[in-house]
Amino acid sequence: MENLVNIFVKSIFIDNMIFAYFLGMCSYLAVSKTVKTSTGLGIAVIFVLGFTVPINFLIENYILQEGALTWLSPQLADVDLSFLSFIMFIAVIASMVQLVEMVIEKFSPTLYSSLGIFLPLIAVNCAILGGALFMQEREYANIAEATSFALGSGVGWFLAIVGIAAIREKIRYSNVPAPLRGLGITFIITGLMGIAFMSFMGIKL
Amino acid sequence: MNALRRYLDKIKPNVEKGGKFHFLKSTFEGFETFLFVPNTVTSTGSHIRDAFDMKRGMIMVVLALVPALLFGMWNTGYQHFLALGVEAGFWEMFWFGFLKVFPIIVVSYVTGLGIEFVFAQIRGHEINEGFLVSGMLIPLVMPVDVPLWMVALATAFAVIIGKEVFGGTGMNILNPALTARAFLFFAYPTKMSGDRIWVAGLEKGMETVDGYSGATILGQAAQNNEVFVNGIGEKYTAWDMFLGTIPGSIGETSTLAILIGGLFLIYVGVGSWRIMLSVFAGGAAMGLLLNAFGGNALMDMPFWQHLIVGGFAFGAVYMATDPVTATQTQRGKWIYGFLIGVLAILIRVFNPGYPEGMMLAILLMNVFAPLIDHYILEANIRKRLKRAKVQA
Repeated sequence: MENLVNIFVKSIFIDNMIFAYFLGMCSYLAVSKTVKTSTGLGIAVIFVLGFTVPINFLIENYILQEGALTWLSPQLADVDLSFLSFIMFIAVIASMVQLVEMVIEKFSPTLYSSLGIFLPLIAVNCAILGGALFMQEREYANIAEATSFALGSGVGWFLAIVGIAAIREKIRYSNVPAPLRGLGITFIITGLMGIAFMSFMGIKL
Repeated sequence: MNALRRYLDKIKPNVEKGGKFHFLKSTFEGFETFLFVPNTVTSTGSHIRDAFDMKRGMIMVVLALVPALLFGMWNTGYQHFLALGVEAGFWEMFWFGFLKVFPIIVVSYVTGLGIEFVFAQIRGHEINEGFLVSGMLIPLVMPVDVPLWMVALATAFAVIIGKEVFGGTGMNILNPALTARAFLFFAYPTKMSGDRIWVAGLEKGMETVDGYSGATILGQAAQNNEVFVNGIGEKYTAWDMFLGTIPGSIGETSTLAILIGGLFLIYVGVGSWRIMLSVFAGGAAMGLLLNAFGGNALMDMPFWQHLIVGGFAFGAVYMATDPVTATQTQRGKWIYGFLIGVLAILIRVFNPGYPEGMMLAILLMNVFAPLIDHYILEANIRKRLKRAKVQA
């Protein structure tokens, strides 16, 4: 249990998807204009990560890894399908995103319209694929660990996008030099937030 | 006085629109308002008549910094002569510290104000007084032997990236002085941490008394020492930590001087007592919690000791209360301050690389301050809507 909490906290703060790895920047920069929409997108990311990473974990451990297929028959012990992992992960992610899209369209049409094009874009959000690949690389021992990593990463991403959205709402009336308005200043803010988040680097949990 | 006024009035037409020195308009205005109280009043927006303007507020903070500054100068000399094993009188120590600290202040002001002037000229706005405080804070959070070019570089980074790109004073999201400190901390880590940078002269390899170590108290605690000693092996008492006769950044060592400044800030109504109080409360709460677990020197350090060593008090009084980067709502200030205290102790204890957690904790909460405000406003709106509905 303690281990799960550690992984969760670690993936929120120390291995933050945005500030430590700069993953998922496209939607992070594009949808962070208001807190409301970014809350929606952040929740969507938590949701998608929380589903896809455990599913990918099962696929990785029971189909793709070398020797993973032994549960079918002992003769398959030296079959290594890991070259398929990108395709499989992306297929899982794309179908999950479709599902989330349909659910949001059904239950919250306002959120659906405000997220617009960005919801399908989650399918190619690097943070989601990154989550699956980090899960593969870090070799989590069981599905609970993978899930807590996924939820933590999602919450970290959520915090980052909501934080920057609040800042962007605040500086809307600032007299930013014309060439920097919009994306330029957002990049600078992201960098400064990254400095602040460096406080967690090196913490061992 | 009248002669001065006449002189200013004489050169004024030159800098007005169409004059040949128009490009110097904001420089002229800056100096004019330094010499005379401007007779302009607010033309748009809310009209609050008060003698309190930004210039006065900023001067108050600078005045509040004076005790910490003077003590820092004396302490610089004290630590230096202690390391060298030389007997020295009070004024000798002070004079030595003055010669060390004064150039840093000059460099910080010249660089920062220079950049502010250039930006004001190009962008055609007035010169703001905000840098008067940042320019004083930056030297106070530096180790005494920091090379002057680094001070200039960090100040330039903080003023341009931390402030001017957002539109100048009042628009920045991170405290400029802390941005400068963090910039140096991550760009030149060897010059900003370790045992040898906190006391003047050690870096240059001056002869010290045998076995001298210039480690700060937090540095020693991070090495898991239970007993904190000064350079020549005498044990520090809590009284030493409170008075500030310990190595550290120039202005941060003396909790007493900082408290005097803090009380002054509260008295003149510039600093928020809510933030100061809640930062200390957060630090104490976290310290108590860690004491309950214990385990290593930093965790076992009594909670009140956490509050008087390192930059905790300095950050709480001068940095966290920065009215621009802190939360704007009253309830938000409690949350903001409390989280700073908690995070500062957390980072200090759990991050072996950065025993100085205060700086990073404040920066982190600066980042989230707008979010805290946002949620408090939303909650207020919801509450009032509900109340309106009940009545209707």
